[in-house]
This record gives sequence, structure tokens and C-alpha cells, in this order.
Amino acid sequence: MNNLHVPEWSFWVMGLALAAFVGMFIQMVRRNKGIRRSFYAWPYTLWMIISTVVPLILIAYYALTDKSGSFTLENFANFWDSNRNMKTELLAQGFNPEELGLGARGTVNVDTLAYSMWMAFLCTGISLLLGYPAALIMADREFRLGSTIVVLFIIPMWMNFLLRTIAWMSLLEDNGLINTLLESLGFGKARLMYNSQAVLLGMVYNYLPFMVFPIYNSLSRQDARLSEAAMDLGANKWKTFWRVVFPISMPGIVSGITMVFMPSVTTFFIPRVLGGGNTEMFGDLIERTFLTADDWNVGSALSLVMMVLILLSLGLLRKVDPEGEGGSLI
Amino acid sequence: MQEQTRLIRLENISKEYDGTPVLKDINLYIRKNEFLTLLGPSGCGKTTTLRIIGGFEQPTAGRVIFDGQDITSLPPYKRRVNTVFQKYALFPHLNVFENIAFGLKVAKIPKDEIARRVDSMLDLVNLRSYGKRRVDSLSGGQQQRIAIARALVNEPEVLLLDEPLGALDLKLRKGMQLELKRMQQRLGITFIFVTHDQEEALTMSDTIVVMKDGSIAQIGTPKHIYDEPKSAFIANFIGESNIIRGRMVRDELVNFCGSNFTCVDSGFAPDSPVDVLVRPEDIVIVGEDVGQLTGTVKSVLFKGVHYEMMIEAGGFLWKVHSTSMQPEGSLVGLSIVPFNIHIMKPTEEAPNE
Repeated sequence: MNNLHVPEWSFWVMGLALAAFVGMFIQMVRRNKGIRRSFYAWPYTLWMIISTVVPLILIAYYALTDKSGSFTLENFANFWDSNRNMKTELLAQGFNPEELGLGARGTVNVDTLAYSMWMAFLCTGISLLLGYPAALIMADREFRLGSTIVVLFIIPMWMNFLLRTIAWMSLLEDNGLINTLLESLGFGKARLMYNSQAVLLGMVYNYLPFMVFPIYNSLSRQDARLSEAAMDLGANKWKTFWRVVFPISMPGIVSGITMVFMPSVTTFFIPRVLGGGNTEMFGDLIERTFLTADDWNVGSALSLVMMVLILLSLGLLRKVDPEGEGGSLI
Repeated sequence: MQEQTRLIRLENISKEYDGTPVLKDINLYIRKNEFLTLLGPSGCGKTTTLRIIGGFEQPTAGRVIFDGQDITSLPPYKRRVNTVFQKYALFPHLNVFENIAFGLKVAKIPKDEIARRVDSMLDLVNLRSYGKRRVDSLSGGQQQRIAIARALVNEPEVLLLDEPLGALDLKLRKGMQLELKRMQQRLGITFIFVTHDQEEALTMSDTIVVMKDGSIAQIGTPKHIYDEPKSAFIANFIGESNIIRGRMVRDELVNFCGSNFTCVDSGFAPDSPVDVLVRPEDIVIVGEDVGQLTGTVKSVLFKGVHYEMMIEAGGFLWKVHSTSMQPEGSLVGLSIVPFNIHIMKPTEEAPNE
């Protein structure tokens, strides 16, 4: 990429952090006083500065500047109206976009964001509905296959995420495994791929473990005597679950929702493989804006918008569960 | 008439975990309004017995009869029994009021009645203004009271208590022992209490059931069990004791430490081996020439109320409790009145010392 226009100062920040680290190390060796405990925190801090803090600052920087590097809010306007650049161009060339019938607001970006949020919402909901019973079964002390199921959930995660998603293709394709089976049974082929449902399937498949494990953790840590106490006080199994087991597992649920919702909103690649024409999600849009349209400024603005939305939704979750593990992830 | 006062009967209860027997053929009845304690070392099966009565465990064999009905397979929520759990098991997501109200809410009692009953329970356990507090903000003793209130508010016929005082410090324990006993007498509820603390059992119970290795070793009143333990195990477990191997000469005469002693027990075969129990507080220190045994003081410990002296006499190291101290190394006489010599059938295991 010849157009890596990373501003010079970001290298200065990273360099300075590195220099401070090396400097402290040399000082310590020269004074020969042994390594202080706080020193061990430095490699981590350094890593965070270089790989998280600086990129975050860079995203904000790009989002708020134009190609020449001067401050602007244009990029956010471009997010709101995806045709804005084109219209400016037309105006500059002496055409009136209104007269050409191109005056309408380009809604691609906003629509994609809304679609992504909706898909993430669905994915999180379905994962919760599927994951909670699974976690409940796994955490059941009297069910001996529980630990086996835990392993079954982990094994697919050993495989690469892209590979797992592509594997679904060979199942869902028009000439894939499922359709071949359907046909041989005399049902005829079905359109299983290239639609939102297939994308949702891929998302749930990939993110379900992130829902199951936090819930499983909080359920298996739960004191079995609490359920016994509830039964002792007259609650049958159903009431024991709704009045004791479920509310006490709330931190696990919040944690699971966070862990699934965040990657769901930013999902990319899955829609490209399993989805059709209208299923582009925000992650893909950002990638396309950066790499295909080569517009780092608008791309950063999109990322920033999404980040703010995620933080807002996590803040909402935190309101629901003020002391939960989910909130502390932020 | 006698039969009617027997509220709970355990008939031939056995329990196995993966083939390992935990309870072996337990037969026991519990009277109405009785304070019954299951006492024994850890692993003796006392908690399992309690859990079977509560419905949390199914016996491998045998029946649980409650008020004339077989409730062996009845789930816990259908039993007229409530439990105070070890470490209390309070609901962490509910406040004090909601914890106590739990059973009433489940039973769909009207709201104003719930409030009234919970408030009166809070009064009973002296935590009147604590309703809105989080349970994890309370001390161990307070949590304990909440757990008791949460069980009692349902007006059970039987209250099961699984080592409820185990986590409290000594002073709090003593206070709670008295309080529990008072509550039981005031409310007229049957208490089944599990503990490994013999002193607790002696203080609170009407009846003590001593358990060992999944069987009942002895049933009786605290006094009976203390004074007439059936075996060296029980004597050792309940109170402090000197247990010596002896030989029955004839009725009311026993030989140990090389001398003959008059006792009050009879019915043992002449010349048969027996275990002899003498409580440390029952040995009287007298002049060296007037005692039944003569011995040397080996060590002296000050225990507050009394001194604990180890005295070697007749080839045995006696533990003696006395309020007057004899210096280490001094020669003393020991005297035991016949009434304080308890003869027991010898056990397989060697007695202590």
C-alpha cells in the first residue's frame, strides 16, 4: 500500500513510549537496584499504547480531518449521506445533481448500520435462547455428559473462523450436502444460502460459545444449596429456576450478551460468504471504505460511529446490571 | 397415645453413594415438640440423615414416615419441614425482607399478611430494622438469624438445622444456643439439630442421637448419654474421660489398675473383660495414704474454672479435673466413689491412652 498516510506524530508517540521503556530499563540496570515490581507492568502498558491507544487516537484523528489533514466534520456528513462526495463532485463540474435526479440522500451507510444492529440484536437473542438451556444442561451436576458437551462446544473453536464459515457453504450450497440429501429424499432443492437467514445462522454458529461459556461459568459456580433452599421453602423446580437460579445467573447473561453483541455488530466476512446482495454488514462496509474506496477518513468516521453505538448499548446493559461482569468489560 | 406423639419415624433407612454405604439401617423416631440432636464426628451420616428427612436425598432403602404418612419420595417443597442450612444459603439477589418472604410469596400469601408475618419474624430474631439491607452486608450471626427467620416464617412442623452455629465464634455460639432453645420452647416446634459439637448437643437437646460410621451408636437424654455411655467411643466423644481396660470380678466389683473397686453395675459375666469409664471431674484427690490409688502428678494445666492434671497411678495416666492445684511431681492419692465408675462392654478398638 503506497498510500499509508499515517501522520508522523503517531510514530513519535509510539517511539516515545518505547524510549521511555528502554530508558527506565537502562536506569534500573545502571543503578543496580534490582527490578521494581511496577516495572513488570511496563511491557503491557507499552503494548497497550502502541496497539490500542495510538490506533484509537488515529481513528479519531482521521475521522475529524480531511485528506489534507485539516479539521472537518465532512466525514460524518458523508456517513449520513453516502452520495455526498458524488454530489460535490458534480457541483464542481457545473452540474446540478437535483436536475440529474441524484439529489436524494444516499442511505447506504445508515441502512447498513441499522441492518447490522438488527442482525446483531437477532443473533444475540437467538444465542441467548439456545445458549441458556445448553449452559443449564452443562452445569447440571447430575448430568454426567455435561463436561463432554463443554468439550464439544470448544472443539469447533480450534478451527479457524474463516474456515468454519466456509464449511457452512459446502453444507448450504445449491448443490451442497443438505440439498443433495433433500433431493435424494424427494423434497427438491431449497434456497438455503445468499439470504439474511444464512448470515444469521453463520453468526449464531460462530458466536454461540461466547454466550454459552459465561452463563455456564456463572451457573456452575452457583451454590447448589440455594436451589435446595428454594425447594425447601416450597418452590417447585420451575419456580426455583425463575426465582433463584435465573436471577443469580444474571451477571453471566449480561456478560454473554456483551460478548456476542459486540462482535455481532462488527461482523464481516460471514455476510460476504453466506449472504447475498443485500446483506452487507457494517464491518464489511468499513473494510470496503478503507481498502476498496481507499477513504481512510470516512472509514474512520464509520468506525467511530459504531464504537459510540457499542459503548452506548454497553452502558445500557450496565444500567440493567450495575455490578455484573458484563459492565466491567468496558 | 404414645404412637401419636411420634411425628417422624425413620424405618430401616439405608443410603449408599456409588456402592459405599453412608447410612446402615437407621431406625429412629422423633417426638412432637422435641429438640433432637444428631451428634457425631464428620462422615458419620448425620447430615445425610437430615437431608433424607428434608427430602434432598432419597434413601437407598427404607421409609420416612411423617405424621403417619409415607413421605419417602415426596419432594422437599411438599414437605411440612423447613431447613436452616449450613452457611445459611441466603439468596444473594434478595434483601433481608425478600429472603424471609420467599416461602410466603411462593405460597401466594396476600401481600399485607406477608409483610405482617415477616415483620414479626424480624422482631423474633431481633433484626427489626434490617428488612431493606442486603444479606451480604450482614455479619455471620445476623445472617444466621435471617436463615432461621426465613425457615420459621413458614410455620413448619419441623425445623431442620444443619450445623447452623458452626461458622460463629464461641461467644456468639453460646448466645445463639440459648436463643434457639428458647425459640423452640416458645414456638412449640420440633427441632432436629445436626452438630459435631458435643457441648452444644448437651446444652440444647431433649434427646441426643449419637451416630458413628452410618449407624446409631446410642440414643438418650443428654444426662443419660453423659453418665451412661454405651461404649468407649461415645464416652470419648461426649465429654472428657478416662477409659481403662478392666475385669469384672463379680457383680458390683471391678478390677483395674491392679486393685478392686466397688461399683454399681451388675449383669456382666464374672471375670469378663470390660471398659471402665471415669470422668476427670469424678476423681477426687486425697492424701497419698488414704486414696484407692497412689500416683505422681505429671503435668498441670490451668483451664480457667479448674486445673487439668495428668496423674500417673497404677500404670495408667489419669486425667483429673480439680479446683485445687497439686504441684508437679507431688505424690497424691486418688479416690473414686462407686457411683462414678461406669462399666461398658469392651469395644474392638483399643481405648485411648
